[in-house]
Amino acid sequence: MLKRALERYTSTDYFMWLTGGAIVTLVVVGSFATLRTGNYTARHWFDFLVFGLAQGSVYALIALGYTLVYGILRMINFAHSEVFMSGAYISYFVITSFNKSGFLDKNPFAALLVVLAVGVVTSVIVAVLLERIAYRPLRKAPRLVPLITAIGASFFLQEAFRHLFGSQSKAYPDVDILKGTVSLGGDFAIQKIQILVIVSAGLLMVALYFFVMRTRTGKAMRAVSEDKDTAALMGIDVDAIIVRTFVLGAAAAGAGGVLYSLMFRQINATMGFVPGIKAFTAAVLGGIGNLPGAMLGSLFLGIFESVGPILFLDGLGVAAPYQLKDVIAFTMLILVLIFRPTGLLGERLAKAKA
Amino acid sequence: MNKLQSSNWFMALQIGVIGGIAAILISLLGMVEEFARRDIIAGVIEMGQTLLLMALLATGYFSARRSYTTRSFLRVIEGGVAGAVVGFLLWLLVQLIVALDLRTIFLNASPALIKILTFGGEGGIATFGLMFTLGILGGLAGALIQILPTRFSNATVQGLAWVALLGLLQDLIRVTLISLPTIGDALQWMFGGRNEKGLSILGAVVVFGVVAGVSVLPSGQSSRIQARLRALPAASQQTVRWISLALAAVIIFYLPNLLGSILSNVFNIVGLYILMGLGLNIVVGFAGLLDLGYVAFFAIGAYVMGVLTTTAIGPQAGQIVYGPQMTFWQALPFAVIISVIAGVILGIPVLNIRGDYLAIVTLAFGEIIRILAGSDFLKPYIGGSQGVVQVAKINIGELDFNSPQKLYYLIILAILLATFISWRLRDSRIGRAWKALREDEDVAQAMGIHLVSTKLMAFATGAAFAGLSGAILASQIGSIYPHSFKLLVSINVLALIIVGGMGSIPGVFVGGLVLVGLPELLREFSEYRLLVYSILLIVMMLNKPEGFLPETVHRRELHQEDSVDARPEPRPSAS
Repeated sequence: MLKRALERYTSTDYFMWLTGGAIVTLVVVGSFATLRTGNYTARHWFDFLVFGLAQGSVYALIALGYTLVYGILRMINFAHSEVFMSGAYISYFVITSFNKSGFLDKNPFAALLVVLAVGVVTSVIVAVLLERIAYRPLRKAPRLVPLITAIGASFFLQEAFRHLFGSQSKAYPDVDILKGTVSLGGDFAIQKIQILVIVSAGLLMVALYFFVMRTRTGKAMRAVSEDKDTAALMGIDVDAIIVRTFVLGAAAAGAGGVLYSLMFRQINATMGFVPGIKAFTAAVLGGIGNLPGAMLGSLFLGIFESVGPILFLDGLGVAAPYQLKDVIAFTMLILVLIFRPTGLLGERLAKAKA
Repeated sequence: MNKLQSSNWFMALQIGVIGGIAAILISLLGMVEEFARRDIIAGVIEMGQTLLLMALLATGYFSARRSYTTRSFLRVIEGGVAGAVVGFLLWLLVQLIVALDLRTIFLNASPALIKILTFGGEGGIATFGLMFTLGILGGLAGALIQILPTRFSNATVQGLAWVALLGLLQDLIRVTLISLPTIGDALQWMFGGRNEKGLSILGAVVVFGVVAGVSVLPSGQSSRIQARLRALPAASQQTVRWISLALAAVIIFYLPNLLGSILSNVFNIVGLYILMGLGLNIVVGFAGLLDLGYVAFFAIGAYVMGVLTTTAIGPQAGQIVYGPQMTFWQALPFAVIISVIAGVILGIPVLNIRGDYLAIVTLAFGEIIRILAGSDFLKPYIGGSQGVVQVAKINIGELDFNSPQKLYYLIILAILLATFISWRLRDSRIGRAWKALREDEDVAQAMGIHLVSTKLMAFATGAAFAGLSGAILASQIGSIYPHSFKLLVSINVLALIIVGGMGSIPGVFVGGLVLVGLPELLREFSEYRLLVYSILLIVMMLNKPEGFLPETVHRRELHQEDSVDARPEPRPSAS
């Protein structure tokens, strides 16, 4: 009995368990060590948590695009991070001109709404063009082909923005009403900008979720992601639905881009890469193709990334642990794909992957 | 009839708008201005204008090709219309730049650009007329090229391409000519004067005439030679092959003396990329595993070489705390072996991951390695962001490989070795297993292919080549920094093997020479290298996914759908 059980596992399985076990041990030991030193008070942890939540909400907005497109085309839209970037970038020109003309100070809410709209529209335009030029002609090609096109498109957008607008980072203007903090009593306080990001991202996500679940288009999207051919037989215009999916994902990414820029106040042509790959990680973490999964995974990843480096590594005496936050996120991506490729909430992937 | 024609004009306008947007992009991306310094034909046309002209010709060409009519005259006129649209859009761009002060947004919308676009004109109606007329003429010329019989249009395109190419590469050609006294002097008239760049007018005309003339000739000539060669007895064919091989060997051996140290250095960089390309070709081309973190193995090779051989050891800044101070040859096996081990370690967890996921995971792996290399955490051991300096130079006994010309031979040797290994692996049992894996993993497994060892073998071989390349690079430069190992390197290598043809060994060489060699030679071009690569990736995938020197299997595979889908799709009826 035992022998047969042992035979089911190969040496690679053991290797992977060993690696996984080692990492878990490291995390547990590191966390205990950090907590025992007591260098960080409850307020610190609370700040990390809120920051992680804000960061995670932005990831969630990006991750929706990955997950929607993956659900329908079974393809990683590599250029989605650049869709995010382009929205943020173009909105910069609008918000700076508003800032110069004084509109931003006089009427901040209207100004921010316009800026948000510009970001969304830009991202949508970029995504639609992308789909039309780079992806649609390749719908029936072998899988490697559209993937390489997507990588090409991603770098094209990055480089085009860099050469069009210059390679230095640009500073997003300060918005007066978003400065400062809101006190929660005691030591605890939340920055206003973080409240804005979390709340607006939450609202957008809820809206998107209901769009996909309750509207006719959303229903058609789900049908197409289930089975393209059958959906076409049922009278659904598959091409149109795919375009709408890209639009939806891009709109969320554009909004995410503006929120991200408001929070970190710096933009450049390569700003999309890291949030993009993090959002993808989050989408995989939650189970790609699954909307609530993407949201949950993003919040989880955001918090993990903001709390993790200090909690896991500081106690182990690692110098400058914050430099390694990307390593933590990427390691998590690899671990999730190895141990639970279906993600936290995913179930269809195991079949779809083949 | 009327309706048909109106849709035809609409098509011409549409293509004109697309061409115009392309021309505007070329201008605003800064290419026109940046390339303006490089003359193609001295005093007549420079590279930036050539780019715009190419956009214009292409607009005319495609509008004539897409046209619905069969009447040549109408098609040429349509080309003119499309060209006119391009001219108009560029004029509009100039007006907008001046009126709205677009320079605050678009970095390259500078007075210099306007000067180039308007030919120094003052604006107003004269400039508009000039740009509009030039647009029409360009469009007409493009359309004319298209309606010529295929033989002539090909000859024209080839002639123009060669003029552009020789004009671009005139630095290189001149340097080479100087070292060949008699032939060099005899060819001096082809180029502009001492202080001018680019071809002379006479040179351009002659180059165009010769190339166009040769390609317009009945194409039987070359195939007749081939046929005669094939008719020879096997033994003589073998001799011919050996002679041509020997000839190639002599040229390769003699090349560095001809090129001088700067150009040899370019060749060395190309060589290192070819070495990496050969490795990635095994992983992506043979086994179909898309690896975007390939640079990690390159980095590991370089770092192992650096840490093992550096003499900068100590507690001060720029030094690392521990290092055995080996020589290059002692460290080289470690560099390769540790890269291979890293390849296997990456390979094991990703065994069950396919396609897109594999791309992302390998990308993440590459980033992890780069971040770790630059982190303060590992700084005492591998130098952090300050890197490792004073890496050992390469020598054999008394012979130092300190100049690019000498290093060239070592790199050639490494490439030969790698080529031989890939070539033998391709046709071996494992090579066929890789191909099966690429086609269908499940079927391959059902056929009795051991997935684990096959995949690991691909990762390990690929990693070995990259490690070797990295180790040589570390000693060549003498210092290594984490920022040399960005994702871009992986993308460069990927672009190189895709342009050459995935899975094709000669394709790696062609890709390396074109994609790495050209930007190194044309310095102002290298700023736009990544932009051009990315466009190349997209265009190649859309039009020629098998690459320029495709492997037979790949060609068949990627064009198999054409024959199946050749049947016209049933159109939804208009009712």
